[in-house]
Amino acid sequence: MSKRVCMGNEAIALGAARAGVSVVSGYPGTPSTEIIETLIREKIPGIEVQWSTNEKAALEVAAGAAYSGARSMVTMKQVGLNVAADPLMSLSYVGVEGGMVVVVADDPGPWSSQTEQDTRHFAKYSNLPVFDPSSPEEAYEMVSYAFDLSEEFRLPVFLRPTTRVCHASATVDLADVHEPRPASGFVKRPDWIIFPALSYRKHGELEQKQKLLSEKFGTLPFNKIKKGGRSGIAVSGISYLYLTEVIREFGLDLTVFKVGTPYPIPTKPAEEFLSLVDRVLVIEELDPVIEEQLLILSAGKKEILGKMTAHLPCNGEYSFELIRDAVLKFACVRSEDLPMAEIPVLPVRPPVLCAGCPHRASFYAAKTAAKNFEKTVYCGDIGCYTLGNAAPLNTVDTCLCMGAGITIAQGIKLAEKGTKCIAFIGDSTFFHTGIPGVINAVYQNTDITIAVLDNHTTAMTGGQPHPGTGRTAMGMPAKPLDIEKILRACGVEHISTVDPFKYDDAVEAFKNSLEHGGPSAVIAKAPCIALIKPPKTVRRVNGACIGCLKCIKQLGCPAMSVGEDGKVSINEPICTDCSLCVNVCPVGAIKRVDRDA
Amino acid sequence: MLSSIVIAGVGGQGTLLASKILSTAAQKRGLFVRTSETIGMAQRGGCVSSHLRMGLEEISPVIPLRHADILIGFEPAEAARQINRLRPDASAVVNTDCIIPTNVALRMGEYNCDQYIEALKANIGRVFFIQAAPLAIKAGDARTLNMVLLGFSSGAGLLPFSGPEIAGAMECCIRPGLLEMNRKAFMLGAEEAGNIRSEIDVLNK
Repeated sequence: MSKRVCMGNEAIALGAARAGVSVVSGYPGTPSTEIIETLIREKIPGIEVQWSTNEKAALEVAAGAAYSGARSMVTMKQVGLNVAADPLMSLSYVGVEGGMVVVVADDPGPWSSQTEQDTRHFAKYSNLPVFDPSSPEEAYEMVSYAFDLSEEFRLPVFLRPTTRVCHASATVDLADVHEPRPASGFVKRPDWIIFPALSYRKHGELEQKQKLLSEKFGTLPFNKIKKGGRSGIAVSGISYLYLTEVIREFGLDLTVFKVGTPYPIPTKPAEEFLSLVDRVLVIEELDPVIEEQLLILSAGKKEILGKMTAHLPCNGEYSFELIRDAVLKFACVRSEDLPMAEIPVLPVRPPVLCAGCPHRASFYAAKTAAKNFEKTVYCGDIGCYTLGNAAPLNTVDTCLCMGAGITIAQGIKLAEKGTKCIAFIGDSTFFHTGIPGVINAVYQNTDITIAVLDNHTTAMTGGQPHPGTGRTAMGMPAKPLDIEKILRACGVEHISTVDPFKYDDAVEAFKNSLEHGGPSAVIAKAPCIALIKPPKTVRRVNGACIGCLKCIKQLGCPAMSVGEDGKVSINEPICTDCSLCVNVCPVGAIKRVDRDA
Repeated sequence: MLSSIVIAGVGGQGTLLASKILSTAAQKRGLFVRTSETIGMAQRGGCVSSHLRMGLEEISPVIPLRHADILIGFEPAEAARQINRLRPDASAVVNTDCIIPTNVALRMGEYNCDQYIEALKANIGRVFFIQAAPLAIKAGDARTLNMVLLGFSSGAGLLPFSGPEIAGAMECCIRPGLLEMNRKAFMLGAEEAGNIRSEIDVLNK
């Protein structure tokens, strides 16, 4: 045993290693990414770790390993589970041999997501059990139990941390890492083939397992009751820690039911809890999953308050303050409001594309080329480049989900034939779910421009490799898939590959592509600035600057600001000498100088 | 005893590493540590903060409003954003180098550094200001700003750890090749705090 301060995601990774996991797959997505990154960094012998092409592929890889008797784990963010929903739903019928844990990180807030969907609903929908950790140290313990449960019930098991567990750290007692268990080997059985007759039988079995799962959950240490007064709180996830601090600070006498396994609800402790109280406030982030189950169990005999009674919200993340106010009201305790200081209006600080980001150059070139046409719609996608929506670039008009930009563009084009459509997609997103949309455009011969912003990494999540990068998650060389060749193989004939920082070439490429009647592509190829060493030169504005601010107004580069003299100045430590601004300056006032000069 | 520290800045300033070093120092002393970080989209130049709580186990990882003991502000506006997270008697170290958001240059927002500094002075029990960027550059790289601020906080007597405890934690968290430069940045920050303290001592005499 050793003590270490671990981030929740590290704790999950180390918990899986301790449980003898041997295959781990996933697709990067905030807040789940660091689980796989921890396993890559720790280099534990015998564990196969991969960044898969997308979440569906990742879940299927983990399922295959579990079919063969290995312990496997798959990781993703909540919206990734939508992509992996197809294999997941069938897998709940087919089941597994070795233990399989499906880690899906939810993002109340949301901090970095398109939706606030609640994976506990997915657990209920797919009839699969779910663990809901309240802290990194609990997540660490839960992983082992999840693997054991998966093998006992022959079902994949969910672990559903939220952002405040994934990205919180805590002191964790780490057990020694076990050797990965050798796989027992794939045994040929008809049960692996999902035919309707088998589905009917398996569905029945799955429904029967729900009661047994609930009973099993009732014996686990993650569900516990702390006895107090006749007013009770049922609480799960990170809210448990907020609540504990509220109770301590205000000295409240409440009975607390901490739920670590929200579906299926552990009936025995839940009924015991209900017998101890007259009224209940249910505190859980996002959807009323525990609340609904308690309402059914109490059968109208107890007052159950929560989201369905508008005592707590379904959206946004919870906090100490939100729970304090709800609990004090519920417990009829008055407290004086803390005096708050008056603070001046503070600047809004939206996230922006980095100084020197090649996406800025691509967006600017596309926009310049589009001036030749009456109307152009820019369909965006998921990644750093979604930030192109902000002023002054304004080159992301739509963003829906991974891979959607290329197909949304086709729909817009069909409905509005005179409009030009450019679909921007990053390289990792292109591999993830972009390719089927390309094939559709070619098959339907729809006139759109596919702009692949190839920065050679999965940038938004911190720079993970993908099939185009020529290396694997474990750092081994891999065959780099060529995006231009893929586009060509999909039938796109009009393709230009350009360096977006070669401004004139890039504008020309977009112009030609927009003029081409039919599906065409521009591949804007330049590495993410986080991947390269900054050059020894930077740009500096000289006395010729006339203060027209055209550079700032067109590009919005975070390295540029306006001085007190009304002229532009460049923050040299973050300038990468990308020179995009030089193309905008009407008086040639932006000169190259040595970085330290 | 519970100690709650908030570190606030702009994505890319190195607040995460500063937080990691402090939590490692606490861990080495055997204190239970709980932290919460901003990771994700906000790291691209958005507002980021790290919350550290040490010495108590069953506690919120996010410091509730009016519960933080110490603030290390990497940027004046971001420091001001945390004022109501602090106890009235809290202590703070604030870097005075401003990072003006791009939308201000686009005339879509305002940035008024003097107002933020005034608000910090008016609402925090004890606040020390430092211009940290020149010291970081002197140490060898503008990116050692985080170590200058840790050094300054340590030198000003704000942190519940000794200099050697933090130095030990730095060894665990920083690549060996970069350690010397970061140590230098820490020392420059600590010296600066020493200078300011002796000035105050002189004034008091």
